Amino acid sequence: MREELREGNIRIPSGCAVSGIFNRKGTRFGGEAIIRSIAVLHERSNGLGGGFAAYGIYPEYKEYYALHIFYERDAAKTETERFLNRHFDIINLSKIPTRQMPEIKDEPLIWRYFVQPLPTKLAGAQLDEREYTARCVFRINAGIEGAYVFSSGKDMGVFKAVGYPEDVGRFYRLEEYRGYCFTAHGRYPTNTPGWWGGAHPFALLDYSVVHNGEISSYDTNRQAMEMFGYHCSLQTDTEVIAYMIDYLNRKVGLTFEEVAEVIAAPFWQTIEQKPEPERQRLTYLRQNFAAELITGPFSLIVGFKGGMMAINDRLKLRSMVTAEKGDFFYAASEECAIRAVEPALDGVYAPKGGEPVIMTLENGE
Amino acid sequence: MAIEYQYPEYEVVRDHDRCIGCRVCERQCANCVHAFIEEKERMTADESKCVNCHRCVALCPTHALKIVKNAHTFRENANWSGQLIREVYRQADTGGVLLSSMGNPQNHPVYFDKILINASQVTNPSNDPLREPVETRVFLGKKSHRIERDGRGAILPKIMPSLQLKVPVLFSAMSYGSISYNAHEALARAAEALGICYNTGEGGLHEDLKKYGKNTIVQVASGRFGVHVDYLLSGAAIEIKMGQGAKPGIGGHLPGSKIFGDVAKTRMIPAGADAISPAPHHDIYSIEDLRQLIYVLKEATAYQKPVIVKIAAVHNIAAIASGIARSGADIIAIDGFRGGTGAAPTRIRDNVGIPIELAVASVDRRLREEGIRNEVSLLAGGSIRSSADIVKAVALGADAVYIATAALLSLGCHLCRSCHAGRCNWGIATQVPELTKRLNPELGHARLINLVNAWEHEIKEMMGGMGINSIEALRGNRLMLRGVGLTQKELDILGIRHAGE
Repeated sequence: MREELREGNIRIPSGCAVSGIFNRKGTRFGGEAIIRSIAVLHERSNGLGGGFAAYGIYPEYKEYYALHIFYERDAAKTETERFLNRHFDIINLSKIPTRQMPEIKDEPLIWRYFVQPLPTKLAGAQLDEREYTARCVFRINAGIEGAYVFSSGKDMGVFKAVGYPEDVGRFYRLEEYRGYCFTAHGRYPTNTPGWWGGAHPFALLDYSVVHNGEISSYDTNRQAMEMFGYHCSLQTDTEVIAYMIDYLNRKVGLTFEEVAEVIAAPFWQTIEQKPEPERQRLTYLRQNFAAELITGPFSLIVGFKGGMMAINDRLKLRSMVTAEKGDFFYAASEECAIRAVEPALDGVYAPKGGEPVIMTLENGE
Repeated sequence: MAIEYQYPEYEVVRDHDRCIGCRVCERQCANCVHAFIEEKERMTADESKCVNCHRCVALCPTHALKIVKNAHTFRENANWSGQLIREVYRQADTGGVLLSSMGNPQNHPVYFDKILINASQVTNPSNDPLREPVETRVFLGKKSHRIERDGRGAILPKIMPSLQLKVPVLFSAMSYGSISYNAHEALARAAEALGICYNTGEGGLHEDLKKYGKNTIVQVASGRFGVHVDYLLSGAAIEIKMGQGAKPGIGGHLPGSKIFGDVAKTRMIPAGADAISPAPHHDIYSIEDLRQLIYVLKEATAYQKPVIVKIAAVHNIAAIASGIARSGADIIAIDGFRGGTGAAPTRIRDNVGIPIELAVASVDRRLREEGIRNEVSLLAGGSIRSSADIVKAVALGADAVYIATAALLSLGCHLCRSCHAGRCNWGIATQVPELTKRLNPELGHARLINLVNAWEHEIKEMMGGMGINSIEALRGNRLMLRGVGLTQKELDILGIRHAGE
């Protein structure tokens, strides 16, 4: 692919499919379910990107950051590993197991590292562990040509590629992973063959985002995030949304309910109908987090440690339904993607515009 | 000497078949252009006095009058325009500084006209403002991302001094004295009805207009006219005027002939005394002094009012604005070099300062680069002429815009650029009672409301077209803009791409 046509050099809007499955009890289940679900939404993607985020998949390494890295060439790997060795203890490293298949081509080198920040470096940086790790991820992605960290959380991982999502799932042997939460994405970019790094989910630390939509507030949001030190290297909506969620939740300390009230803020006419002190609180959030409002159509599934949030733009310009069955919670672009996994649902719900549906583990883990 | 004679710039063309000799034109013209010749029983005109304000044209009951540009000309010269030649003659006559009014009319590039706006097609839907909410409300002031919670984890909403506007438009500073009481009343009442603000300028606040305080920005300028603690407390915000786009580096001078009665009282100076605002504030010779004045004003008003610092757009604007943002100001108002004035030296007005489009884009960028964009809101003024200019200014990084010339146009101003003469036939830039009474504040305020409402509709249509249903998501959203016919350097400063890219 021509270098200048890939994400990061141009901005590529895309339509998409999303799906997510979450077990409230934290019971781990296999990755085949999410593949079955997203496969039903085949028509909503065009084969130019698919991917998954999975939580609870690395219990034996759950104390360590799991870095998933694409390398376009060996030199990038050498350089990145030198960087990692300077900043982290590498507890384990391996190629991520994949399955050769004709549907998935042009794969980069795909490696996984379980790491822990070097205590001396961490102390010297005067940062908390997560901020330190996030900054190292930015340094690799911005500074090392041909290396791209696409997953950096603990006990979670992102798996993504250019292709239809169901093929991407089989390529990564997702059925061999067991987790309590999976999200999936099928991509329909309007422009050029996607790049592996440009596929969804987009993740930073434990936060992962799958997103369907094209946000009209992109540049406003991007500039706000860049001011706070995030480097939007991909120029995609999902990237900036992931950074906003990381910023608002991790750095500012807003709850996910409050994050939803910022990114999909209620309209003023709604706020004015609220009683005090609710009105004052919502006004306060809108007034102070004006540049973090997202406009334009989106349906998002956000994965985070111990939880999942599904949310639409405030006008609900993209489809999204949620459903429950026993301990399972589902969210997807279309109901059929949920029925494909669980035909007999306890209840199906279409969240209103801007209404977040947030599920967290019952044991508070 | 014969070279003193200058052929009039305009020709008053009267259709004598239509003229009924009612002499309205004669009564309406404060410049005494029209006269009735008794013996011939017909009207005549002394065009040398005409400023082309259209008062006579608009009021002629038979539409017998029009004003045309005089075809009389100097020998063509691409270097020495007729205007320059005439100005040399005038200065050779008088030895004086040339004076002008309203904004820079020179043929400098208007960047707004070289910027085009985006719209949604296919991949995302546009919003219809008639059917869905498209929000234009803005808050001006500092934004804080430091969350405080009570014992149960609920957010404690901190009340920060701020201005809330229903539409991102404010009427910018025009003092009582430079414009009439009726003009001020129309602006104040319109601001209240529109949920926006007007600005007193530095002439103080007339007692009768105090009731519009929630919609009033009170200005503190270098002359400190009319400034006292009640004045500061009666407004919704306080503006320190450091500069004005039409005359950066220059103070102001309201002649004593305009200062009598309520104007003198409101300014707290003796009737007949010239009101001279020094070029600098004599207690502000540097940025640290500005900080002191900001905090003096905040102390005086118990930290309840946002403080605006208004500066003219000059070459080093980004660094200056950055300094102001670090000095405690809540809002920075930037006035571009096309901004209007009631009087300025012509050479200053036409040659000093830079365009607001470039200034606001570079200030917004600098403040973001330094991580202090949330410390201040940005107001852009200095020739915002339409709703499209507002959309572009906001997308270039402004939180809201100041308008004044457009507001005066809706009150009847015809941009004859003769405010400094004090004989405004439309009752705006004058204190002559027979003239000021021509401006009916009731009708004037209704026309201002119409203008801003119309612009609001247009802003919503343009935002809806882009799929943006809140003005916050338009602010700084440069991807929604493209340049046409601009150099790469200009595009870089504006932070936008060329059309087709």
